[in-house]
Amino acid sequence: MASTTSVASLQDAVLEAAAHLYVWALKDIPLDLRNALARAAQIETSKTGKRILDTILKNVEVADEVGNLVCQDTGIAVYACRVGEHFPLHPARIYAALRNGTERATLEHPLRSNTVHTITRENTGANVGYRVPIVHWEFIPDWDGLDVKCVPKGSGSENMSFLKMCVPADGVSGIKKFVLESIVGAGGKPCPPGIVGVGIGGSADYAMYLAKEAIARPVGTRNADPIVAQLEDELYGLLNETGIGPMGLGGDVTVLQCHIEHADTHMTLNPVAVNYQCWAARRASAHIGPDGTVDLDREF
Amino acid sequence: MAHHTLTFPITDPAEILKLRAGDEVTVQGHIIGIRDRTQIRIFDQGVAPPMDLSGAFLLHTAPGVRKLGPGRYEKVCIGTTTSARMVRFTEGLGSQYGVRAICGKGGFPDEAIEPMARLGMVYFAIVGGAAALETTQIEEIEEVAWEELMPECLWKFRVKDFGPLIVGIDAHGDSLYRDVQAAARKKLEELYARL
Repeated sequence: MASTTSVASLQDAVLEAAAHLYVWALKDIPLDLRNALARAAQIETSKTGKRILDTILKNVEVADEVGNLVCQDTGIAVYACRVGEHFPLHPARIYAALRNGTERATLEHPLRSNTVHTITRENTGANVGYRVPIVHWEFIPDWDGLDVKCVPKGSGSENMSFLKMCVPADGVSGIKKFVLESIVGAGGKPCPPGIVGVGIGGSADYAMYLAKEAIARPVGTRNADPIVAQLEDELYGLLNETGIGPMGLGGDVTVLQCHIEHADTHMTLNPVAVNYQCWAARRASAHIGPDGTVDLDREF
Repeated sequence: MAHHTLTFPITDPAEILKLRAGDEVTVQGHIIGIRDRTQIRIFDQGVAPPMDLSGAFLLHTAPGVRKLGPGRYEKVCIGTTTSARMVRFTEGLGSQYGVRAICGKGGFPDEAIEPMARLGMVYFAIVGGAAALETTQIEEIEEVAWEELMPECLWKFRVKDFGPLIVGIDAHGDSLYRDVQAAARKKLEELYARL
């Protein structure tokens, strides 16, 4: 069993990692996303669409040069954690560290604080509040590490989230129609071209969680199930035929990708959830070892 | 698609009338930052804004700032938010306060087209999410009012070469958003038939 001192220092290591991940995610977008945006600018044929994509690329460059945030929306702090069975810090302590790390990054940078009481709309201070940050947990047997992924997602795209409880008779075409209808309806609001996350199966709540998990994958990765991967390819093609285009002003590139996560479901359920991720798809990950060593560049 | 450079606030309404949907615009001068809570206070709570909005360019924003002293702030990261949430304030901004341009991202729904045409207003689309670049085009935060709404205060920024902006809705009843939606809806029928 770990001593009190090592537990405290491990909690500090997680706190430091969270504070770093939050700011890092906001400033330095991943390479796979940069490549997807550059490709989009190459293939776009609408003059306005091309102008917008070139401006996006220029913005990413400026953020690198001056060390500023890519987008002003520092989002709502969401973390995904994979906790090894033998990692010597209890999830209650991990949560406290993620919360304190979020708060520290917000105050020290400083970052805009977006978190408000949902009824009074009063700002709660430093991007933390009741049940915020939001943390998703996965527990891994026979392992002593901790992986943390920070996904600070802006509200423009989070507001473009949609759920439909299709029935089994709607089939896969019902799923496709709902995704297409959702993205056309969203128009320019979620800052296209971005990543369309789709969650299918499970239950109502789990379908939306899966859609959220889908948007946080590296751009263009495919679901391990070939049937689902085929649906990703098909929807990606169909979505880019809608003509919504960059910022909803018309063009060829409406989405950078479509990612799907799925779960088995009840025989009478066919839930489909859509969660849009704007072009500024910010994510950053770290691996923390049982001794508190932090590897800041591990994707998971 | 023409390119125009405009300096705000404007005094001549003809400056707005020469803009057509799809044109590109670069803005100089002063712009006013405004957001949901700011407009809820003006219109739903009936509190007149303590800044002159005649001929103004409004930006849908809630900036990230660093406080320097009483009423004084410096920019950290300033970007633009989704406009559609605030469309219902368009008519009042034009008719009661003389606002001439509203700039945001994602567009306004069709209900903005008629008041904009009647009141000689335009909607400018900025490139959403491009805040690092936008911040370099804002020279200074000159004034702030209603600090208790932080960050949804009323802000006055001095800008240089602010853009590129695309005229999304012009003062002649044309809207790129309406046209793109109409074409996409038509396309959807074709796509559904293939499923």
